[in-house]
Amino acid sequence: MNQIDPDQIQVILATDCGSTTTKAILIQYVDGEYRQTHRGEAPTTVEKPFADVTMGVVNSVTEIGELAGRRLVDDEGRIITPATDTEGCDIYISTSSAGGGLQMMVAGVIAEMTAASAKRAALGAGSIVMDVIAANDGRRPHDQIQRIRDLRPDMILISGGTDGGTTEKVVQIAELVAPAKPQPRFGSDYSMPIIYAGNIEARDSISEVFSEGGFDLQIVDNLRPVLERENLGPARDKIHDIFLEHVMAQAPGYDKLMGWTGAPIMPTPGAVGDILQTVAKLQNINVVGVDIGGATTDVFSVFDETFNRTVSANLGMSYSISNVCAEATMANVLRWVPFDMDERELRNHVKNKMIRPTTIPQSRESLMFEQAVAREALRLAYKQHKEFATTLKGVQQQRTVGDTFSQETAGQTIVNNMKLDLLVASGGVLSHAPRMHQTAMLLIDAFEPEGVTMLAKDSIFMMPHLGVLASVHPKAAEQVFARDCLIYLGTCVAAKGMPKAGKPCFSWELSGDRSGSGTIHGGEMQLVELAEGETGTISLAPARGMDLGEGPGKKVEREVRGGTVGLILDGRGRSLELPQERVACQATVQGWLDSLEVYTEEVQPAAV
Amino acid sequence: MAKAYTPGLLVTRHKKHRCVRRLPIAGDVKVKVGDRVSADDVVAETSLPGNVNPINLANQMSMPPADVMDCMIKHEGDPIAVNEPLAQTKGLFGMFKSTVNSRFEGTVETISPVTGQVIIRGAPLPVQVRAYIDGDVVSVREDEGCEIEAEVAYVQGIFGVGGETQGRIAMACTSNEQELVADEITPEMKGCIVVGGARMTAEAIQKARDVGAAAVVSGGLDDEDLKNLLGYDLGVAITGREELGITVIITEGFGEISMAERTYDMLKGHEGGNASVNGATQIRAGVMRPEIIIPLSGSQAAQAGQEFEEGQLVIGRSLRVIRDPYFGMIGEVSALPAEPHVLGSGSKARVLEVKFPSGETAIVPRANVELIEE
Repeated sequence: MNQIDPDQIQVILATDCGSTTTKAILIQYVDGEYRQTHRGEAPTTVEKPFADVTMGVVNSVTEIGELAGRRLVDDEGRIITPATDTEGCDIYISTSSAGGGLQMMVAGVIAEMTAASAKRAALGAGSIVMDVIAANDGRRPHDQIQRIRDLRPDMILISGGTDGGTTEKVVQIAELVAPAKPQPRFGSDYSMPIIYAGNIEARDSISEVFSEGGFDLQIVDNLRPVLERENLGPARDKIHDIFLEHVMAQAPGYDKLMGWTGAPIMPTPGAVGDILQTVAKLQNINVVGVDIGGATTDVFSVFDETFNRTVSANLGMSYSISNVCAEATMANVLRWVPFDMDERELRNHVKNKMIRPTTIPQSRESLMFEQAVAREALRLAYKQHKEFATTLKGVQQQRTVGDTFSQETAGQTIVNNMKLDLLVASGGVLSHAPRMHQTAMLLIDAFEPEGVTMLAKDSIFMMPHLGVLASVHPKAAEQVFARDCLIYLGTCVAAKGMPKAGKPCFSWELSGDRSGSGTIHGGEMQLVELAEGETGTISLAPARGMDLGEGPGKKVEREVRGGTVGLILDGRGRSLELPQERVACQATVQGWLDSLEVYTEEVQPAAV
Repeated sequence: MAKAYTPGLLVTRHKKHRCVRRLPIAGDVKVKVGDRVSADDVVAETSLPGNVNPINLANQMSMPPADVMDCMIKHEGDPIAVNEPLAQTKGLFGMFKSTVNSRFEGTVETISPVTGQVIIRGAPLPVQVRAYIDGDVVSVREDEGCEIEAEVAYVQGIFGVGGETQGRIAMACTSNEQELVADEITPEMKGCIVVGGARMTAEAIQKARDVGAAAVVSGGLDDEDLKNLLGYDLGVAITGREELGITVIITEGFGEISMAERTYDMLKGHEGGNASVNGATQIRAGVMRPEIIIPLSGSQAAQAGQEFEEGQLVIGRSLRVIRDPYFGMIGEVSALPAEPHVLGSGSKARVLEVKFPSGETAIVPRANVELIEE
């Protein structure tokens, strides 16, 4: 790849090759700043009969070219670089999750300690973790070996032991992996890459174990050198290297695509994680991001600068929709639908979406049902994320007399909805909702933010593109993120606690670009106008037992920002509970939908 | 203009079909280029390494791992039977020795001085790969497998369960719109690929299994019936390894839906002939749909004419709507408006106009149709 002078870059073309759609954006230097100007998309073409990812790339780029009036692809089907006044781009970059993304197996000695750290490293690098093998995972050794044999990972990460500690246990894990001879999914020509990131003293023994059997052993620094600290960077970097050198090179057409890009291709979730961490750091805030796709749902969080990512492998809106309904139960899905639906028909409908994943809802009822499924998928994915994003387990804690009544222990979740400042949505069902009120409602129902939380959506799922752009042109990435990437939906104010229905939950007073005041009662929602670009100060007085950020019953004052939806006042309480009885539940949900104008007739629809 | 790719299921009266038959690991390929094979012929075979069973001798003999090696009765590469002594402690002055017997049969593969763990590898597991279709071997990859080519009629289904099988095509329904019920299944259908029309009932599948049919193919199936057939609610569409005693394929989708008339007519045209079917479906990376492959004789292939042409979305193309409110209806493209259209859901999407055989037309999102390949 040629080194490019960032100052010379005027036109940037970026694609994200997803498992179903390849999305392209064009970024241009206009009036002294970088702006995202056009977008295009086309079905991804990694599968037969096309089996060449570059076809989907060329199609999406051709669409942009037509919209921009700029020729971006030459007669041989190659992207034109560098740019002239009328054609081409200065740099082309890409991310990818096509072909199932990066699939890994991780292993460690203790499930809650080194194996958890290894899983965090793999997830942070953007992979799907197929299984975690640990000495104490409750499975018998031959069951573990059988499981390793059944999996088809792209690579394996092994960790275990702190530096200088016992070597026996980690070598024992390696001795299970080696004879199992895991088969890579790309066929027998592929040497299975093994990354060892465990006790430094066990390196020689590990090398010995993997010396035969066609493994490609790579050794990096221990990802848990001492119990109190993780060192995930070297393992993550090695995962990225192997992803590029081995995994991507096996996918159809990627060798060609890699020759076109001006920067290494990144796994899509890795790029999203990078840009969210950058934003959290720059603005000094706590952020949760979610990307709900067809097969999986990724949740990213940055709380007090600690980054976590989880992938819920079988929670998605098309390939995995049937699994969402099975896991959440159809009754839980239907509680969000304010009208009767025939369950037999619905079950068939869900399966038809599963086997034809690219279809979109044509009718209002169909849309409402899909959004009900999305609420459950998001709720389950966030639950899994909270269980995973914890403080380090296994750390010795010295407790003082002052801690006697404290229930805090190691391994507590660090996800705290009351401390959450910004919740960012992306993925088809959230980004393509015809009305942004629907996106906001989905986020609030599924994530149940507490206190004062800003809601935003990634306008056209641009975060992956910007994540990889940040690695070559941080300035352009930052400018586009601030101006074009996020669409602010508004601010949600929600009280924690269980308010009594119809009794005051909290009173509010808004001043600034808009003013107003009122009382929110238990079970009630209200939408207050606060448009995009408008800000204000809200004073909140929670009722006894209700908490808006300063403790039960304590007054709160916060800056709020408007958006395309506005200021949402939520008096339903936390945790959110819906009536059990079907008719009452339908009426309650309909009331909430009406309050927030979630489904109305006169709307300017968004493009899908 | 950007090309519009619309995925479609392949249904063709004639194509040259190649199928790769590959071993999971290196082994012996039994055929050579030019050989004529039948679906049942074994074309390659190998042995998978046996199951692995670890025994932690250091724990069992309560000694440091490094000392285990000196106590071994069996050594790396030695065969061992169940209850045969594997290792023995040195005891005290040559007395009070304790012996560890093997709980597994196999070969001692490794003895680790670091962990004191011994790995016993079980007997190799034989694996055979059959030809699957009648055809000619056109290429051989040494130690791996071969490629078989044949002139075939080919039907791609939308979803299936169960693996590869073969049999004679037996038509159970008199039209593509007739529901496949148990009464249509007869004992003569033993070993056959039973072809229905519209939705197949759970009872029909059960009876087909009872009479020993190899596979059952029809337009649709209720999800509830699939759940009962499998014994669990299928979460993601990755199938093919179920051991149901029968392969089940639906050509159109879930629910009350008729088999496409052309598919039905084509299968009927081959009634009594042999077919190979595979229910394996993988709707994810490396998408795989179930298939029905009917080998053609030389004269049949000549009569069937040209191979299909991979088309794009153009006016006049046959298509099937794959989402409500027109789910399952077949028609042809009558207009391709360039501008996005506002749907009933409120979304704006690129659409097409479809004309149904009744003459009625409807606007449908382009994402909600699939081409019927001819």
